[in-house]
Amino acid sequence: MELKRKWGLMISAVAIVSLMLSACGGSKSGSDASPSPSDSPKPSASASASASESAPASQASGGQVEIFSWWTGAGEEAGLKGLISLFSSKHQDIEVINAAVAGGAGTNAKAVLASRMQGGDPPDAFQVHGGAELNTGWVAADKVIALDDLYASEGWADKFPKDLIDLVSKDGKPYSVPVNIHRGNVVFYNKKIFDDNGLKAPTTFDEFFKVADALKAKGITPLALGDKEPWTATMVLENVLLGVLGADDYKKLWTNELSFDDAKVKQSLETFKKMLTYINDDHAARNWQDAAQLVAKGDAAMNIMGDWAKGYFTTDLKLEANKDFGWVPTPNTAGSFMVITDTFAIPKGAKNEANAKEWLKVLGSVEGQDVFNPLKGSIPARIDADKSKYDVYGQSTIEDFKTAKLAPSMAHGSAAPEGFTTQANQAVNIFVTNGDVDQALKALKAAQASSIQ
Amino acid sequence: MMHRSEKAIPVLMILPSLAAIAIFVYGFISWTGYVSFTDWNTLVRSSHFVGFANYRFLFQDFRFQSDLRNTLAFTVLFIGLTMLCGLFLAKMVDSKIKGEAFFRNVFIFPMALSFIVTGVVWQWVLNPTTGVNLALKSLGISHPPKWYTSISIVPKLHLGAIDFGLPVAVIAVVLAAVWQMSGFAMAMYLAGLRSIPDDLREAARIDGAAEKQIFRKVILPQLKPISMSLIIILAHISLKIFDLIYAMTGPGAMFVTDVPGVYMFETTFRGNHYAQGSGIAMIMLLLVSLLIVPYLISSFRKERG
Repeated sequence: MELKRKWGLMISAVAIVSLMLSACGGSKSGSDASPSPSDSPKPSASASASASESAPASQASGGQVEIFSWWTGAGEEAGLKGLISLFSSKHQDIEVINAAVAGGAGTNAKAVLASRMQGGDPPDAFQVHGGAELNTGWVAADKVIALDDLYASEGWADKFPKDLIDLVSKDGKPYSVPVNIHRGNVVFYNKKIFDDNGLKAPTTFDEFFKVADALKAKGITPLALGDKEPWTATMVLENVLLGVLGADDYKKLWTNELSFDDAKVKQSLETFKKMLTYINDDHAARNWQDAAQLVAKGDAAMNIMGDWAKGYFTTDLKLEANKDFGWVPTPNTAGSFMVITDTFAIPKGAKNEANAKEWLKVLGSVEGQDVFNPLKGSIPARIDADKSKYDVYGQSTIEDFKTAKLAPSMAHGSAAPEGFTTQANQAVNIFVTNGDVDQALKALKAAQASSIQ
Repeated sequence: MMHRSEKAIPVLMILPSLAAIAIFVYGFISWTGYVSFTDWNTLVRSSHFVGFANYRFLFQDFRFQSDLRNTLAFTVLFIGLTMLCGLFLAKMVDSKIKGEAFFRNVFIFPMALSFIVTGVVWQWVLNPTTGVNLALKSLGISHPPKWYTSISIVPKLHLGAIDFGLPVAVIAVVLAAVWQMSGFAMAMYLAGLRSIPDDLREAARIDGAAEKQIFRKVILPQLKPISMSLIIILAHISLKIFDLIYAMTGPGAMFVTDVPGVYMFETTFRGNHYAQGSGIAMIMLLLVSLLIVPYLISSFRKERG
């Protein structure tokens, strides 16, 4: 008897330990925001069969769709929830699982996503930046499905700008659906400072340096920078490159048609170096919001940042566009548009592929884009969206987007593989401190050689 | 019969945890080691063997060289200052002051925080424009220290690709780390001090030793085992430190506050350079084992002897 009891105790202990272990394993591969699909009840046999076979014409019905993103911040989360409720009103029988993973700019989410994809447990649709992050990452790895049939059936070919479709395509086939557009080449400036000093917002490098000198003479910091995270300085550099090279040559940097040896690249670095002499002393202690705040408070005159800074100005700091702050494209980039686009793709082996396609249809629709973007503070990727839903900044940017040449962002992984971005950030970080043009050129050239084929 | 099963039970009881450790610790270490010898530097898994290429890259890399320099500076300063502060606080608390329990708790409280919190708080405290420098400026100091944004390295000996020396910005990070851990060191030393019998001190006093001499010749030697454990514990914290740096400064300008942990995270999870990231992780493991293994050997010998 005694013996039996002991054995029983031991076996139950073993059982508990192994249960705990399997629980750990489960939570590691899944996301914290929702139960992983393997734990949740399977959809009915017919639904799952139609989903995995993905008969293109079959209307999805029932089951689930798991949406993976890093939209957990204030405006973006509201936008995502708006999209989900729009989707649910169209597909009441499909349960949406919001598998968002928190973390700035998707840092944590991307790590979780990579491990899920490699572990054979992909979500049904996932957020990915258009450009290299999609193409040299997931498409090259053969991990996502082509969406040419979806583009054809929805008639998207002329609803998104061609440059944008190219950004999400490889070998002529689109692989993701763009939801929003952010512009990366904007100078936001403090209107009061400019008006008080009788200055005009600069549109060329010459004007920029003239304005900057005038401001400096008055004791005002001309350019706010917060490069505690180096990508903000990389953004300034990519804007200078775009301004000096022009959109066409800038794009050639990422296809190996133009080398970083080019004299114009060197000229860009010299210009960048000169611009750095006009920045605030404590730039290394600030992040991008802190830098934008300098402009908002009138402690600095200009800030080069993507237009999420506009969302920060209007939503968080309650500033008024065109009254408290103004904006112009960064010097010499008026006809160009540094584009950062959030898109969604469907992994190969997604459990609910048909449902995921329904989700993408909602994302790509006028209705979906106009629900999401006013909340997130971005502009729609479609050219026929409802302009009246956007503020004065959004409206002017929507106009620019229709005609401008699109250029992919280096700092946000659209232009080149993430490995390049990491190395470029390293080179820029060193350059901001030591200003050694030749060393920076060498580092960028090495990054180009090792990452861009 | 009874006897044999009684012996088997403890073995079976620890078997699951042994298996778990074998898989989740040593299995994964081996996997990381294996990956570090491949060219898996994209999203696509590659098992193509490239020998020491990743390690060669790392040791020629400006950032990694800076990391090693920073780690050395951080480790020496952090361990030294934490132990000194801990000993000082323990001595103070031990001198039968009023409200001893209160002070003990105050000093040990920071340990309850995670390094992330410490990092965020000290980032504000040492912010060059809005932190403690505001107070310094109001005292009339026009050029207060730049704290963690300083890029100067003293004495600045050029070695390899980097400037060797003590990056001034590291001192700011060390301050935060010392603040967090010195309470722990105090607790350890206090326990040590309390375990020394008063007879020893009395005997020394009767022999005519001054208090200073008693401390140096009687008390300190008794605290040696505690100091050894402290060094081991603090060293492994400092060699693998990540969260404090990540929250407080990031890599810093010219990588003056970068450490291998931060570099590993960014390389692996931002750059998708899995092989290089594994290489950094393996080097971190080696650094820790350089310290731990001799300690394990010596304590093993002691147990047998």
